[in-house]
Amino acid sequence: MRKSVFDKIWEAHEVADGILYVDLHLVHEVTSPQAFESLRLAGRTVRRPDRTLATADHNVPTDGSTAAEQIRDQLSRVQVETLERNCEEFDVPIHSIGSRRQGIVHVIGPEMGITQPGMTIVCGDSHTSTHGAFGALAFGIGTSEVEHVLATQTLQQRKPRSMLLRYHGELGHGVTAKDLILATIGQIGVDGGVGHVIEYAGPAIERLSMEGRMTVCNMTIEAGGRAGMIAPDDTTFEWVEGREAAPDPLPTADWRALRSDEGASFDKEVEVDASEISPQVTWGTTPGMVVGVTGAVPEPAGEGDERALEYMALEPGTPMAEIPLDRVFIGSCTNSRIGDLREAAELVKGRRVASSVDAMVVPGSQQVKAQAEAEGLDEVFRAAGFDWRSAGCSMCLGMNPDIAAPGERVASTSNRNFEGRQGRGARSHLVSPKMAAAAAIQGHFVDIREWE
Amino acid sequence: MRPVNLIEGGVSVLDRSDVDTDQIIPKQFLKRVERTGFGEFLFYDWAKQPGWDLPRNPILATGRNFGCGSSREHAPWALEDYGFEAVIAPSFADIFYSNCTKIGVLPVVLDEDEVRAVMASGRAAIDLGAQEVSWTGGRASFEIDQETRRRLTEGLDDIGVTLQQQEAIDRFEAERERSGPVTTGLA
Repeated sequence: MRKSVFDKIWEAHEVADGILYVDLHLVHEVTSPQAFESLRLAGRTVRRPDRTLATADHNVPTDGSTAAEQIRDQLSRVQVETLERNCEEFDVPIHSIGSRRQGIVHVIGPEMGITQPGMTIVCGDSHTSTHGAFGALAFGIGTSEVEHVLATQTLQQRKPRSMLLRYHGELGHGVTAKDLILATIGQIGVDGGVGHVIEYAGPAIERLSMEGRMTVCNMTIEAGGRAGMIAPDDTTFEWVEGREAAPDPLPTADWRALRSDEGASFDKEVEVDASEISPQVTWGTTPGMVVGVTGAVPEPAGEGDERALEYMALEPGTPMAEIPLDRVFIGSCTNSRIGDLREAAELVKGRRVASSVDAMVVPGSQQVKAQAEAEGLDEVFRAAGFDWRSAGCSMCLGMNPDIAAPGERVASTSNRNFEGRQGRGARSHLVSPKMAAAAAIQGHFVDIREWE
Repeated sequence: MRPVNLIEGGVSVLDRSDVDTDQIIPKQFLKRVERTGFGEFLFYDWAKQPGWDLPRNPILATGRNFGCGSSREHAPWALEDYGFEAVIAPSFADIFYSNCTKIGVLPVVLDEDEVRAVMASGRAAIDLGAQEVSWTGGRASFEIDQETRRRLTEGLDDIGVTLQQQEAIDRFEAERERSGPVTTGLA
């Protein structure tokens, strides 16, 4: 029987029929308080605190506050303090505000080396799919399931179907992992992956950095996919090696076996021509409403499109490059790693943010922030007029003070352009870090391939 | 969890596709540390728009890919708190579907034309045991995982069910060389 990497990991973690073992459970402040509370009421404990890791990210102000007491929003503060108290009571390791390890949960896992090939990883957060970039099976769960994992270190799960997304051809100059995944979502639709674990394969995927692979797997959920995976290779091993929680030496022989066998069958296979992909910009209110930057706002194809155009205040036929911007946000679990910031800084160097634009860069973790500062990237961004912030989810979801005002138009490297996602009435356009950086300088979208 | 068997009554209609959980319950209401009281914030922004009409009924009928986006269980909590006991749609996002079954809100997948008929009918009855939805002038059967159905109809506590397999979990942990690191002791 020829197996996919997903089959292999699934089978290695089946405790009993319908029960899947969880190697790593990541926890944050928003989706965990009710789980801990129920655990407490039932007199249950956390089965494996040593396979659990918590951080505060969603509610965290990014203005450099060093302690939870400094969160001015009372409800946000209570949520972070509740997480800290729960972790103390249940012996769960936590890297909260003030820790040099604090950051977006999907940035710090890989960064610490606790995200490794072959693992099962869950978190009460849909973007847990990010960790699949390492050849792990990683997916988001709800709060009831968070409680279930805390208590049992397992999940009740039926095996999802499988899907292979195979890319042929190479990405062109200036075209990034973000463009690849946005174009893919545009092709298969925001429910194209529902019920499926998606494996990404092909030369264009193999050439991606780990940051790029994380961006791709991160947005799997925006295509409805249960999880996204990429078979581990030398790029993966080099990234993991030497990190704090990484094994020494790496079990590379075992990890190399984590690839889909030749001829492994998938429930669904889709081909994508990577060489056809151009820098992408979303125009609507789902990540699937996307066009190339040289394109125009499309004619509405249905009621959903009409609603989206009305919310976005866009006229069909308007060239994407002519859309003026108010804000630029570089950050989020999709695009806030050091590689993302380097790409953006390279374009920004020696230039100025357009006077009409308010631009900010939010590193994904305190470690990314420290690394960027060691490389002088903070100075590059500041000199150009960007606001250089501290680590957190920031303007990706507006649960903290970083929100866009009603009617403001944002070029954002985050993952969701839903109505109100970045602030009530805010209009989001999803792009790559390079595209966001160039848009900040010009005040509107530009074709990065010519601009560079 | 209270057992789910027969759900019968009025149908509220939200005829939109790809409704994301950010719309069902916007982020500013996720800061509560309780499970209750989310109903009054259901569809908070949409509810302010002219022409919005979503009566409190036991059944919500809606478009495909309902509940996409964020994994927030606050979305089914808000629907339940508002009064919905079941949601009928042509398809659901995976995490949302799972979250519903964990708290006893029944997600029912029907064909698009069947959902339209339920919407037009205004009333329906869902029999989980028979896996059947009936409405004036029609009926249709629906699929559901049998273990999920059993947990719902018996109102079982998931963790309690899994802990019956505690020995298997112990054995798994003891026997198998496990992949992955520990999270403790990292400075």
